[in-house]
Amino acid sequence: MADMAGTKKTEHTKAVSRRKFIQGVIAGGAGASSATYLFRASGVVSGAGARERLITLNVNGQQRRVDVMKQETLAMTLRYKLGLTGTKIGCDRAECGACTVLIDDVPRYSCSTLTHTVRNAKIVTVEGLAAADGTLHPVQQGILEEQGFQCAFCMSGFIMATTGFLKTNPNPTRAELAHGISGNLCRCQDYDKILTAMMRGAELMRGARHA
Amino acid sequence: MPNTVDTNKSAQPVYGGKNKLIGKDYPTADLYAKVTGKAKYAEDYRAEGMLFCRLLLSPLPHARVKHLDLSAALAMPGVKGILTADELPAPADSLTDNGTVIRANKLGERGLTNEPLYQGEPILAVAAVDELTAVEAIEKIHIEFERLPFAIDPLDTLRPGGPNPRVGGNIWHRPPAALMKPGERPAPPPPIEIKELKWTEADFAEAKQGRMPMGHVPEDPANSWSYGDVETGFKNAALVLDETFVTPDTSHQCLEPRSTMAYWQNGKVHVYTGTQSMIQTVPAVARWLNIDPSNVVLVSEYTGGGFGSKGTAAISLIIPALLSKKCNAPVMMRISREEEHFIGRARPSLTGRMKVGFSKEGRIVALDMFSIINNGPYDAVGDAPTSGRIVSLLYQPQAMRFRGLTILTNTPPRGAQSAPGGMQGISLMEPILAKAARKLGLDQVAIRRINAPEGKPPFGAANSQGKRAYATSSFIKQALDRGAEKFNWNERVARNPKRIGTKVRGVGVSMSCYSGGSTGFDGLTLIKPDGRICFQSGIGNLGTESVIDVHRVTAEILGVPWEKCDVCWGSNSKNVAWSCVSGGSQTTHAMTRAAHAVGMEAKLRLQEIAAKTLGGKPEDYEVANERVFRKGGGAGLTLAQAAQKAIQLGGIYDGHESNPDVNRYTKASIKALAGQGLVVSARDKYPRDGSTYSFVASFAEVEVDVETGKYHLLDFLAYADVGSVLHPKTLGGQVMGRSVLGMGHAIGQKWVMDPAYGAMLSRRFHHSKPPTILDIPARMEWAALDIPDPETPVGSRGIGEPPVGGGCSAILNALSDAVGDEVFRRAPVTPDTILAALEAGRPMQHPLMAHI
Repeated sequence: MADMAGTKKTEHTKAVSRRKFIQGVIAGGAGASSATYLFRASGVVSGAGARERLITLNVNGQQRRVDVMKQETLAMTLRYKLGLTGTKIGCDRAECGACTVLIDDVPRYSCSTLTHTVRNAKIVTVEGLAAADGTLHPVQQGILEEQGFQCAFCMSGFIMATTGFLKTNPNPTRAELAHGISGNLCRCQDYDKILTAMMRGAELMRGARHA
Repeated sequence: MPNTVDTNKSAQPVYGGKNKLIGKDYPTADLYAKVTGKAKYAEDYRAEGMLFCRLLLSPLPHARVKHLDLSAALAMPGVKGILTADELPAPADSLTDNGTVIRANKLGERGLTNEPLYQGEPILAVAAVDELTAVEAIEKIHIEFERLPFAIDPLDTLRPGGPNPRVGGNIWHRPPAALMKPGERPAPPPPIEIKELKWTEADFAEAKQGRMPMGHVPEDPANSWSYGDVETGFKNAALVLDETFVTPDTSHQCLEPRSTMAYWQNGKVHVYTGTQSMIQTVPAVARWLNIDPSNVVLVSEYTGGGFGSKGTAAISLIIPALLSKKCNAPVMMRISREEEHFIGRARPSLTGRMKVGFSKEGRIVALDMFSIINNGPYDAVGDAPTSGRIVSLLYQPQAMRFRGLTILTNTPPRGAQSAPGGMQGISLMEPILAKAARKLGLDQVAIRRINAPEGKPPFGAANSQGKRAYATSSFIKQALDRGAEKFNWNERVARNPKRIGTKVRGVGVSMSCYSGGSTGFDGLTLIKPDGRICFQSGIGNLGTESVIDVHRVTAEILGVPWEKCDVCWGSNSKNVAWSCVSGGSQTTHAMTRAAHAVGMEAKLRLQEIAAKTLGGKPEDYEVANERVFRKGGGAGLTLAQAAQKAIQLGGIYDGHESNPDVNRYTKASIKALAGQGLVVSARDKYPRDGSTYSFVASFAEVEVDVETGKYHLLDFLAYADVGSVLHPKTLGGQVMGRSVLGMGHAIGQKWVMDPAYGAMLSRRFHHSKPPTILDIPARMEWAALDIPDPETPVGSRGIGEPPVGGGCSAILNALSDAVGDEVFRRAPVTPDTILAALEAGRPMQHPLMAHI
């Protein structure tokens, strides 16, 4: 464990602790114990529970107006209200990292981030990485060149975690990068090839910066 | 993970020789959608008016629903329907392609139940406008259960007076078929039954010493067989070891939960799901729903991991389909991670006992093997018989006796998981081989080499004609030799000292193998009038890329650059070919054969079109560089011109007639493609002498801290004997990925259950944590022999499963090299296992305590 540069992200001051997250859910009116996946389809008001409230989010450089419940997670808002299904839900409880997005350049699990807490933040998902003309982000390009990943359900989370990590350490060793993205699980266990692809992405990114 | 070395991998050999496509790297066509987040998995689809579904799961391991009151739930605004077990269609018999009837198992899994057989089994499903409402409705359902006896430990069910997991017993039994009169068509086998099997107190006497008891096994050719003279073998052996070893139950834990969306339109059910076979899931859905397969539209473009658990249809597809019909609206059923641990299948644990006799050179002269599989309550998995078959193939014992039992329990249903049975069999055998080498003073590579299969190695018992089955080929000796060289095996073994401070290093080697291919599937290719060529792929897309890779064979044969090729996959509405299920590591072998067959057929049709257009005989023409032209140069047609001509010619050329050999699903696709260009189909009818298996030699080095019990995986190499390399990068991903899947069984993954309540305690990732990016060996490498398989035209075999047993066992063997043979008797090996045993000076884990 020579270099712990990758753990810097946890020091982010705006990070919501598990305790705060649960408090937020309880304040939102839903029993935290009832079920793993809970959300309210847009526009429907039924039974007991939370009312939705119209907020503005900055997602992938766009201002998006969206109705959210107090206990709604960012993963659900992105996937079911903003149509951004590139962000995946693998566990819904901060175990697997498939839902990782960038919030103010910091990789965060969107399954464990309440949407109303990121109203003033800059959110980037996998859909927001490529340029408008379709040119891929270097991290995406590295995957293409090295045939990184297999089933790729974990891929967008890994891409966002790597992109965020490279902002703090643009020239990592393989071991440093592994530490930096160790909050993400790949069940195809393609880690070795993923690391090769992500190291290639880092190299492309440094090249792009110098160009 | 030690961070000192950055990987400086040795150069990979060049694969593919003079080929343009086969054996070469290229970016697969589905990657762009994946990296940009555009790839759609099941839960990414939406439909207008889509309802959401939640399940009510059994809180008890075995019970009967005595009373059910849905009224309060149904009265809730937003609740659209509740589906119970009483509304499920009767299980349908099925008909194979050659007309054999397979009787439905009336005692098999139905999807919903009034007699839950494991904690977490779905009892009913609620559809509502959103999930919150569905969950609130479930809270309002009044349900009363009658508790029934349960069993979670297979050995407990075998004890005299032990509990039965199902009413009627603890094992499956198929009554013998009725005697056939000469010339009569065989009747379908009688339906399977549940029977009781109990052993005696005397049988269990050995259990107290930590040795697996071995009682009566019912007669069954798959589970009780032998060859050679086992007793004489033991008598003449220089060393006899008798060991009990236990492997863990391990959930598949696909990262994508098995969510499914379904709706009905014009009498057809549309199912959006993730599966290991696009096309074969169509008849499977039809069978579960008891409808005609022509009324099934299946969409499965991307599947987020399967590992054997998403074979074809399953309850996760059927519940939303039936609820959608009932509510007359689309239904999305999202599966949570906890539900995934209940219904998402798992590898069964194997309790095994091996008595092995060795000659002084290390040759296995006799083997007596007994496997007990913890099956869960439903259809029997094949792990027990497969464990015997694989051990017999991989270690070529001169005489062998095998007994296997598949025991029902009230634990979540098991399923095939990467190298089912093979992985467990290998991890029973390998620690014994390692121990024998130490006792006999032999090198670990040498003892494997002397037992390794080669040529057309036989396996299993002789059939009624006295013949034993055999593999198409095995070159694992070369893999061991080249691997040992690449891994610097001798230098590592000789390294001194092994211990520095509290850190002890150990090296291990393992052999591994599993089935590597089937035969008899179809290829379907469309050459369009614009000269582009489209491969109609019915293969499931699991990310191994075989869905795309195999079609490179057809392009290679036709001399078409890959840029001119499209692969069409993901739905039967796209008119695809009948293909194998991507399980059993079949696809690379089976579908390169089909791709080869359709390539040769396309060549022939192009030659015929050229002869009809330009005169002469078909054999006067050759096909290369996107043209068909007279041999030695001269007049010819481009592929575009030939496709236009095919449309004019009609009949067999443009799909108005189909190749009579192909499957009815392929024929339906041909009919839909007719008139669009040159439509070519073919079935793989190439001969094959032997059964197809792939082999891997795996090497590992570990470092154990004997003060804390914690250990690190330092180095790993897998050398694969998988026939010709098709696509190096995806092959490498599979060799390493499946090796690490195996390592998970060695280093920490297992189920833990509460014996008092029959409750599953491993419900989330971190309760049975799959290896993370920090758990993998600091340095990993792979290589392939690239020796073509002699029994298939392209020479390629499958690789999904063969590395798994090696990944697990190379680590186990490296650990025992570091800390000694008497430290662990079951996997996974955790730091506390090591620490407790080192402190006590003897093994501290009782191997036969299940679910610890």
